[in-house]
Amino acid sequence: MSVLWVLAKVAGGLGFGMIWAAFLGWVERKQSAVMQDRIGANRADILGFKAIGLFHIIADPIKLFTKEDFVPQGVRKAFHAVAPSISLGFPLLALAAFPYGGTVEFLGRPWSLQPVESPMGLVLVLGMVAVGIHGVVMAGYASNSYYGLLGGLRGASQMIAYEACLAATMAGAVFLFGTLDLAEAVAWQARMIGGVLPAWGIVLQPLGFVLFLIAGAALTKRTPFDLPEGESEIVGYHVEYSGMKFGMFMMTDLIESVVVASLATTLFLGGWHVPFLTAPGVSGAGVALPPFMGSALPAGLHGPILAALMLGSFTAKVALVLFVLMQIRWTLPRFRFDQLLDLGWKNILPLALANFLVTAWAIYLAKAWGIHIWG
Amino acid sequence: MPPQCSPPRGGGSRHGGLATREACGRVTVRPVERPERDLAVQVYLLEVLTGLGVTFRHFFLNLGRHAAKLLGVDGEPGSVTIQYPEDPPALGSRARTRHRILRRPDGAPRCAACLLCETVCPARCIRITAEESPEALIEKRARTFEIDLGLCVFCGYCVEACPVDAIRMDANDLDLPAFDRKDMIWDLRRLMEET
Ligand code: SF4
Ligand code: SF4
Repeated sequence: MSVLWVLAKVAGGLGFGMIWAAFLGWVERKQSAVMQDRIGANRADILGFKAIGLFHIIADPIKLFTKEDFVPQGVRKAFHAVAPSISLGFPLLALAAFPYGGTVEFLGRPWSLQPVESPMGLVLVLGMVAVGIHGVVMAGYASNSYYGLLGGLRGASQMIAYEACLAATMAGAVFLFGTLDLAEAVAWQARMIGGVLPAWGIVLQPLGFVLFLIAGAALTKRTPFDLPEGESEIVGYHVEYSGMKFGMFMMTDLIESVVVASLATTLFLGGWHVPFLTAPGVSGAGVALPPFMGSALPAGLHGPILAALMLGSFTAKVALVLFVLMQIRWTLPRFRFDQLLDLGWKNILPLALANFLVTAWAIYLAKAWGIHIWG
Repeated sequence: MPPQCSPPRGGGSRHGGLATREACGRVTVRPVERPERDLAVQVYLLEVLTGLGVTFRHFFLNLGRHAAKLLGVDGEPGSVTIQYPEDPPALGSRARTRHRILRRPDGAPRCAACLLCETVCPARCIRITAEESPEALIEKRARTFEIDLGLCVFCGYCVEACPVDAIRMDANDLDLPAFDRKDMIWDLRRLMEET
């Protein structure tokens, strides 16, 4: 039973990513269009209904799946075939580690809404995303073309530029929460500062949040950090790919955006918490229905309703971060490579380390002097 | 009197032009001031925020205009997009679109098959075969005259080149596309069609 539940949750996590990826394809086209005074995709229709272009969500995959999957002569066949799966698969797996909600009571037993309940959740996420970049490098190598190889090398180099910084930007928050367990990190953020301000990561670690967003944007390989692709210069690591294999590389970027947004939500935006709907101490998970709902609904249904609220809150926050990421993607031009390395090593990393040191000292001194800022 | 120039030494230098100019000392140098980069520019983040401000403003403004249009409120349009087939663009009166071969008063094509347009065409998309004209006062005429509009770059040189004003271009007929490349080649009959 519990194995089935875990499998269902993992499938739910992957579905969360896939649905987002499909939806983001549409959001990307529409959001960029609206901010550039255009209309964007609006031609796909079903029986004359256009629904502001939403049917392009269906039309795009159909097109990708039915296109010719052309394997050029001279590519290294085995690597060429597995690279897209590695690139897409591992970031997808990372989505299994996020706490999409707390634990709810239903039918007399607790149900956790986190697919993989690991005390090393954060490490799991970072590891999976880091393995995913090997797909890019492999694709560049397998293409057996100079442009593809350059793209792959850029991908590897870019990983070096952001990976260390990404971990460093989260160090402050992790130290504050005192855990690598993502569910515990969310539970920690349920507390209030002075009873009014939620003790979310973004409140306590504003610098960390901004740096995390920048490093996270570099992780997604999207403009302004789309150097492995760099379509105007080298076409990119996927130059020898077509059909759905190419589509998988495109989806990777979107899935990675979802991972970054989920991570930002979990560590900095209080996870599934809604301020003032939380009541620390209640049922251990730190969430309660607002009183008016609690009395109006049959007690047996509280669990599913709570679960829906948590999932909705998590999704809304992810959507907000994705919106901002998308806006950044359509605002900035691409960085030069040396600029990216400078940004990573000379700017983000020192700032992130300074942020970590200040956090560590602040926590130490607060403990030593017995100051309690949050309840 | 212009300053005396010595010819480039070494003779036959591939950079002769440059050497001559240097020898004359007539290269003008215009110092370009580098823009001062103050701290606000150096800290790229502030500029990013300014840029985001612009894009966010456009986004929400246009979103509001689209919403107003959906609700039936008149106002500024939310986009400048032209929805092409339903809503054809009004091109300028000097735009160059499809070609047209004009007729003589007797209805025959005016073209004298001089091949000037074929010669001048930068896209090399005109093919003419000439034949003798039965009329006494006209030397030659075109037996076939084809323009491949799939290759044409719509430069209008053919119109300029024609000595007898036989070929012209319409200003607002964009209905050219075809599903087959062969259908993009327009022959004499099609070029003379009245539409
Ligand atoms: S418009 Fe220019 S390219 Fe086209 S047929 Fe005339 S000369 Fe050739
Ligand atoms: S330049 Fe004019 S007259 Fe000469 S071949 Fe072309 S269309 Fe005919």
